[in-house]
Amino acid sequence: MNRPSARRVPPPSAAPPPACTSTPLPGTPLPGTLLPDTLLLGALRPPLARALPATLTLARALHAEWTKLRTAGGTWTALLALVLATAGLGAAAAAGVSCPAAGCGEDATRLALTGVTLGQAVAVVLAAAAVGGEYGTGMIRTTLAAVPGRGTAYTAKAAALAGAVLLASTAAVLGSLLAGRLILPGSGFTPAHGYPPLSLGDGPTLRAAVGSVLYLALVALLTVGVATAVREPAAAAGVVLGLLYLFPLLTRVVADPDWQRRLQQVAPMPAGLAVQATTGLDRLPVPPWTGLAVLAGWSAGALLLGAALLRRRDA
Amino acid sequence: MTGDAAERDAAKRDALPGHAVTGAAVAGEAGTARDRTRAGRADGGEPNGTDAVTAQAGPAGRGRAGFRRLVRAELTKFLTVRGWTLAPAAALVTVLVGLLGTAAPGGADDGGFPRGPGGQAVNDAFFFVHRTLDGDGSITAQVGPLTGLTDPGPGGQAVPGVQPWAKAGIIVKAGPGRGSGYAAVMLTGAHGVRMQDDYTHDTAGPALAGDARRLRLVRTGEDITGYASGDGVHWTTLGTAHLPGLPRTVRAGLFVASPQAATDTGAGTGYAPAVATAEFGRPELVGGWQGNGWQGGQAGGDAGTSGSYSDTLRGGFTESAGRITVTGAGDIAPVVGGPPMGPAHTVENFLVGSFAGLLVLVVLGAVSVTAEYRRGLIRTTLAAHPGRGRVLAAKAAVLGTAAATAGLAGAALAVPLGRWRSHAAHFRDLPVTTATELRATAGTALLFALAALLALAAGVVLRRGAPAVTAVVAALVLPYLLATSGILPAGPAQWLLRLTPAAGFAIQQTVPRYPQVDGAYTPEFGYFPLPPWAGLAVLAGYTLAAGVLATVLLRRRDV
Repeated sequence: MNRPSARRVPPPSAAPPPACTSTPLPGTPLPGTLLPDTLLLGALRPPLARALPATLTLARALHAEWTKLRTAGGTWTALLALVLATAGLGAAAAAGVSCPAAGCGEDATRLALTGVTLGQAVAVVLAAAAVGGEYGTGMIRTTLAAVPGRGTAYTAKAAALAGAVLLASTAAVLGSLLAGRLILPGSGFTPAHGYPPLSLGDGPTLRAAVGSVLYLALVALLTVGVATAVREPAAAAGVVLGLLYLFPLLTRVVADPDWQRRLQQVAPMPAGLAVQATTGLDRLPVPPWTGLAVLAGWSAGALLLGAALLRRRDA
Repeated sequence: MTGDAAERDAAKRDALPGHAVTGAAVAGEAGTARDRTRAGRADGGEPNGTDAVTAQAGPAGRGRAGFRRLVRAELTKFLTVRGWTLAPAAALVTVLVGLLGTAAPGGADDGGFPRGPGGQAVNDAFFFVHRTLDGDGSITAQVGPLTGLTDPGPGGQAVPGVQPWAKAGIIVKAGPGRGSGYAAVMLTGAHGVRMQDDYTHDTAGPALAGDARRLRLVRTGEDITGYASGDGVHWTTLGTAHLPGLPRTVRAGLFVASPQAATDTGAGTGYAPAVATAEFGRPELVGGWQGNGWQGGQAGGDAGTSGSYSDTLRGGFTESAGRITVTGAGDIAPVVGGPPMGPAHTVENFLVGSFAGLLVLVVLGAVSVTAEYRRGLIRTTLAAHPGRGRVLAAKAAVLGTAAATAGLAGAALAVPLGRWRSHAAHFRDLPVTTATELRATAGTALLFALAALLALAAGVVLRRGAPAVTAVVAALVLPYLLATSGILPAGPAQWLLRLTPAAGFAIQQTVPRYPQVDGAYTPEFGYFPLPPWAGLAVLAGYTLAAGVLATVLLRRRDV
């Protein structure tokens, strides 16, 4: 009779790992130093990790992804490049275009935000390298061993990337608008010609600015999905850049106006960039926010495809 | 390779662990047998598998035979990894996306553009007041000032003003069909007196002012000579046009034509119907003129693609006291690209898929070297072939050949297939000469090769795939997109296509440019600021510079 009871109460030596790592209280703030232990234990004992509350697991995975992204070579360079490329091309466009007289028909806000067409390429590089790079180095196996819930690891990676890109693109868009505000009057975009200085106090301009920031984050998410699906950063960058840049080229060639309009309504870049328009809204093929929603649809589709393949395939 | 670089390479080789270095040392020490092998190789002996290993490790890798082995090694790598399928894939997407570009239905089923005697697409539409001339003869007419009206849109008042290339004058027409030969002297809206024949030939005449201005055409057999005079006394010969096969009986008389008016609107350039009107004095006829009355009508049935009438602006002629007043729209000129062409496809439209094919090859070019960095294969490659510049050259040779083949196959299929689809959908397509079509097709092959090599160089410089692909696409495709999509105005757009690698796409331009036709010769409508081969040379310059940078960095850096 003694032996079964002894079994039921395990000896102290067989006690589970220290309480601080195995059974944290929900809501307890986690010191950063705990993370490696948690990950290691999670790797060794997947059932234990699964037993954690889902939000906590996600928070830890997010922290891990953020650490990886923060410490990877090139991330900060890429984020800086995103800001500089966006604001730089915007400034160049603002300086290169002239408005000699009133009613020259240019959309000043959109002009100042031209750089987003280049900045998105940097967002693509960042996301493709962050996702696809793990496959190249084998890091993906470590990641998935540490966070066995593949959906969790994937969500965390997408969220960390989207957060980083949101930060950089906010700086990029604000920089572009500031450059436009300073440069455009010199190119003839003066109040006398019907162009007040660019200001976030102006409703459509604010919408264009917020929309451009979201646009860049959505492009990064699109890349996360594609890169997870194709697992090779260069190919992922090629596919996403193709999706973004080929549709507008095709639209130019299709000689039928109805088809042109239809293509502009479904293509990720032309539809998504409709959110930048502040003039001629009635001539847009798709309303601003609807256009951004079209891009969001592409991103969601790519993310779902990536998630499905990530769950199904060996890493 | 310079002596310094060779030394550096040798030092690197010594620092590298692994069998290849050992092999090289053995080859150096063991001496004679290897040397004999090298001598045999230099005589042109074909290498077999065993020899290749030893020979590659030593200085025998130099020379033409060594380079051939290098190319073979790169070719083997290229063919044994899955990536090589990207080259045929590039050709395939070039064709498929090209077909997508011509997928829209519904053009006018009218048998295509009229063709001029030179085979080019032409507009042959004007208001023609004519009689029949049998055999030789001449016509002389005084021509008054040219006036014009532009349609203002619904509900407005017609805007006065004559188009720069509105034409009024006398003409001899070889036949009734559209695109038949002609010779004419005319007064234009803003370009003075001209003599033109067979659509593409244009000669400026003297500056003549005043109401006494007269024009004359003299027909002698198949030759027609044009004259102009400011006073009816002193005549200037403008030139003689030879119209081969001109029939004995021709129609000749007075004509007026006006192309559409280009107007700058907020949304870009718009086109509005416009007519021109001119008053002629009583024509003096000499020679075999038939009948005794003037017949008037719109030649060609309508105003063509570059001119048009509206509800309020119509063509016609009136005769009073011998003077004839003629109003007309249309143009007698070659068709140029952009809005004056109307809905139609061009060869560059059929080649739109080359952007997709290019993207695939850029990925292939970048990955062909960045994958070696990722897997560490680059260390094996450079240990086996210490001449780093030659390794890069061998890679470039294999990649460039594959890319050019893909481009040639893709373009050679896309153009005829696109034309076939275009005809099936009842779209017009702008005819081009065989030489132009060959230039666009072969140019696509060169474009693909240069882009793939640019990506290869970017891959060596950046050593990571995604940045390399994106850098090349952002340098090659994005400027073209910004320049042609109407985001930027024409000035900055043209500078983009002069200065960036996107200038290379000029090699695909087939739409023609004529000084005597006012067209929208801007990137938005397919016109590059540089001539085709000059544009390709810009891209080649970028590729060369990137290749030099890549070679220098590859030699200098550790792997």
